[in-house]
Amino acid sequence: MLGALIIVFREVIEAGLIVGIVLAVTKGIHGRGRWITAGVAGGIAGAALLAVFADALANALAGVGQEIFNACVLGLAVCMLTWHNIWMARHGREMAAELRDAGLAVKNGSRSLAALAIVVGVAVLREGSEIVLFLYGLVISGGSTALGLLAGSALGLLLGCAVSALTFLGLVTIPSRYLFGVTTTLITFLAAGLAAQSVLFLQQAGLITRLQATAWDSSAILSDTSLFGRLLHTLIGYSDQPSQMQVLVYGVTLATIFTLTKLLEPGKPRAATVAHTVA
Amino acid sequence: MRMTTFDGLKAAGGLLAAVFAITPVAASAETLQLSLQNHKFHPAEAVVPANQPLTIEIDNLDATPAEFESKTLRVEKVVAGHAKISVQIRALPPGRYRFFDDYNEDTTEGFLVVK
Repeated sequence: MLGALIIVFREVIEAGLIVGIVLAVTKGIHGRGRWITAGVAGGIAGAALLAVFADALANALAGVGQEIFNACVLGLAVCMLTWHNIWMARHGREMAAELRDAGLAVKNGSRSLAALAIVVGVAVLREGSEIVLFLYGLVISGGSTALGLLAGSALGLLLGCAVSALTFLGLVTIPSRYLFGVTTTLITFLAAGLAAQSVLFLQQAGLITRLQATAWDSSAILSDTSLFGRLLHTLIGYSDQPSQMQVLVYGVTLATIFTLTKLLEPGKPRAATVAHTVA
Repeated sequence: MRMTTFDGLKAAGGLLAAVFAITPVAASAETLQLSLQNHKFHPAEAVVPANQPLTIEIDNLDATPAEFESKTLRVEKVVAGHAKISVQIRALPPGRYRFFDDYNEDTTEGFLVVK
């Protein structure tokens, strides 16, 4: 039972942290409940489908379907997070000012919500399909322990949801004038971590063959299988033995999102920014 | 010449493409066959040569799905019940690498000995 609890908790926590962050990011935006619920529900439905077609997917595209799929959904999440950050940099302030009454802000806000709903959906989809397969395995093994294992899984799910709620409640205690900066930074690191993770799948598929050597081994200091290591893995993409390519992609993603967010911030006309870059 | 943001992005894209050198899947010369039966890997320990890419094929003879995973080999891939998968492993330095079924990590593990 404990084993099932740990496995389910571990998967739920990863999606749960992302849901918690998105809930904090979208605090006060009209209609966010609907969008995030849609993201979670879509993710769960997708997870069930993905689990059913696991074998077909694994065999697709000359045996690298599973890797390509994972890399693509992770890439999609990275794009959505990037887009959200840029959008918030451009409109966040005006939106906060007009939030209470402006119909325009609500309309614009829903675009950003759609992007974040996709991010939530992807997180639930990926972790959820592992849970579905794991539970399916439990059910077909049958035996007297199955019930206990299912009970453990249910507890794991509840605990994972609690972590999600704690993440949200923790983040929203941050005074609102800092919350924007904190969540923008969190999302940037989250996106970089997901980008580095997608590299792992492309390497496993044999599609990226350069820079595969291990960049460092910090497993003795902080194992990414420990609870804190896992938290860091989900939040900022910490890995105790990343490949050099993963580190490179991580850095490039961070730099790209920070640069784009700065370049496209309002109040700095585009021409002036370019002139400044050249000088 | 005035450099626009777009030119900058184009240059960055070109650089990335050069660095990544995404190549089509090349079936590596070395292939290791593993099977999974009654939640045990067979063989539970396999010896492969160092410094050359490796393909591992896993044949899951059980009805239950498994997730073939290894931190040190850097793989994680789901294999459905009664199904086969393969993964590409980088050229490895000598050492002993652990792999396991993520759904049954305590009982289902094996080792890759690279010499």
